[in-house]
Amino acid sequence: MPPPTDPHVAVDRLFREESGRVVATLIRVLGDFDLAEEAVQEAFVTALETWPSRGVPHKPGAWIMTTARNRAIDRLRRRKRLAEKAELLGREAAIEAELAAVDPDSSIDAGTDVSPIADDRLRLIFTCCHPALAIEARVALTLRTLGGLSTPEIARAFLVPEVTLAQRLVRAKRKIRDAGIPYRVPPDHDLPERLDGVLRVLYLVFNEGYGASSGDRLIRRELCTEAIRLGRVLVDLMPDEPEALGLLALMLLHDARREARTGHEGELVLLEDQDRGRWNRPRIDEGRELLERALRMRRVGPMQLQAAIAALHDDAETPAATDWQEIAGLYAALRRIEPTPIVELNRAVAVAMASGPEAGLLLVDALVAAGELETYPYLHAARADLLRRLGRSSEAAAAYERALELTANEAERTFLDGRLAEVAQG
Amino acid sequence: MRYLLLIYTEEQLEASPDLMAAEFEAYARFTNEVRDRGIYEAGEALRPTSTATTVRVRDGQTLTTDGPFAETKEALGGFYMVDATDLDDAIQLAAKIPGAKHGSIESRPILEDGAGEGSASEAVGAAG
Repeated sequence: MPPPTDPHVAVDRLFREESGRVVATLIRVLGDFDLAEEAVQEAFVTALETWPSRGVPHKPGAWIMTTARNRAIDRLRRRKRLAEKAELLGREAAIEAELAAVDPDSSIDAGTDVSPIADDRLRLIFTCCHPALAIEARVALTLRTLGGLSTPEIARAFLVPEVTLAQRLVRAKRKIRDAGIPYRVPPDHDLPERLDGVLRVLYLVFNEGYGASSGDRLIRRELCTEAIRLGRVLVDLMPDEPEALGLLALMLLHDARREARTGHEGELVLLEDQDRGRWNRPRIDEGRELLERALRMRRVGPMQLQAAIAALHDDAETPAATDWQEIAGLYAALRRIEPTPIVELNRAVAVAMASGPEAGLLLVDALVAAGELETYPYLHAARADLLRRLGRSSEAAAAYERALELTANEAERTFLDGRLAEVAQG
Repeated sequence: MRYLLLIYTEEQLEASPDLMAAEFEAYARFTNEVRDRGIYEAGEALRPTSTATTVRVRDGQTLTTDGPFAETKEALGGFYMVDATDLDDAIQLAAKIPGAKHGSIESRPILEDGAGEGSASEAVGAAG
C-alpha cells in the first residue's frame, strides 16, 4: 500500500497496522512486554515529530522498526549502567547483538511468507491468548498489544473504568513474566486447542463490537474492524487452518449486514425486516469464498458451521426464501460439537421457521424446563415471539416483560416494548 | 523454572481398596516419570485436614485453631515440586497427576533468589 502523504494520517494508519509486528519482534528479543511497548511508542512519537518536516520515509514500516530497535538499545544501555550484576550485563549485551541483527526490511510485506517476523506475531497472538490468563485479560492484551488500541479506547469499548483496564493489563503482563508463560507458537499436540482459544478471543472482540449491548457506537465499530483485521493476519499466518478461515468468513458475513441492522434512529432492525439491498455484497462474496476454501479442507468445526449459517442468511433474497431447513440442520451439527443451551436456542428458532412455531416452542420450553438461560434475554424474547405467532397473547406478554427486565440496550428495549404493546392490544 | 504443584482433592472419598491401590500405583508411576526426566525436586502426601492446625500471631499472642486455613470441599492433600521449562510444561505435568482427574492441581511458580527487576524477564526471554 502506498504511504499517504499526510504525515499524521500516515502515522495513525501505520500504528494500527505495524505496531503489532514491531512489538512482537521486540518482545521476542527483549523478553519484556513493557520495554518493547515503550520503545515502539517512542518510535511513533518520533515519527510524529519528524515526518511533518522531513516527509514520510520511503519504507515507513522499516523506519519504525529501526527507530524502535534503536530506542530499545538506548534503554538497555541506560539500564546496563545501573545494573550491577555481571550476569545481567552479559545477557543485555547478547540482546543488543540480537537486536542489531533484526532486519527492519522484513517487517514490511512479511504477511504471507513464513519469515521470522511473521513467526513473532504468531508467538505474540498465542501468548496474549494463553489459557492461563483470564479471558478479559486475553481480550485486553490482544487489542492493546496486537491491535494497537489505546487503553482508554479498550476501556470505553468494554464499559470498564480506565484504571481497571490498565490494572488488568499490568496484571496480565506480570503473570506472563512471573508464571513463565512461554512466548512461542504451541507445539503440534497443543495447537488445535490453543488455536481454538485464539479464535474465541477474536470472535469475542468481534461480538462485543457487533453485539447489541450498550456502549459507544464508534468504538464498537472499531472493535469489529480490528477483529476482522486480526482475523486476516491469522489467516495469512496460518493459511491451512480451516477454522481460522471459518472465523474470518463468519465475521465478514455478519459484518456485511451491519448497515442494515439499525434504522435512522439507531433502532434495531431484525434480520427479516432488513433492507437486503443495503447488505455489503463484496463482503458477502469474500466471506463465501473464504468459507468455501475452508470447507474444501474437510475439517469442519464450529466457526465454519456458523459461517455456513450466516452465508445461508446472506444468500436469501427475501426472508421467505431463507433455507431454514438447512439452517436447522447446521445448528444440529453445531450442537454435536458444542452442546450449549445457546446453540440449542438458535436451533429452536430455526426449527420454528422451518416447521412452524409449535415445533420451535417445544424445544424452547425444554430449555426452560431444564432451567437453562433463565437470565438470558434472548431466550424470553424468542419464546415471546413464538407465543405471539401462536396467538397466545397473554403468555407472550409475560415473556416480553421478562425479556425487558433483562435487557439494557435501548434499541432492543424499544423493539420489545413495541411488540409488548402489540400483543397487549390483541 | 521451578513450580510447586499443589494437589487438592476431596478427603472423604469413599473408595474401595482396589481403587485406592490403583490410585497409589498411578502416583508411583507419575513420581517415577518426573524422576526419570530429572525434573523432580520434592513431593509428599499430607495427612488429612483433620490433623491440621492453623497458627496466627496477633499483637504478640499466638493463636492456634484446629483445622485448615480454609474449610473447603477440596483440601490440600499433597504436592510435587518440579523444575519445568515453562508454564505450558508445568500444566502438562499437572494434568498427569492422578488427583487432577477427580480433584484439581494448582501450579505456583517458585519465587527464586534474586528474581527482581531484570532477571525476572529471563523467564520469558529464555523460553522464546
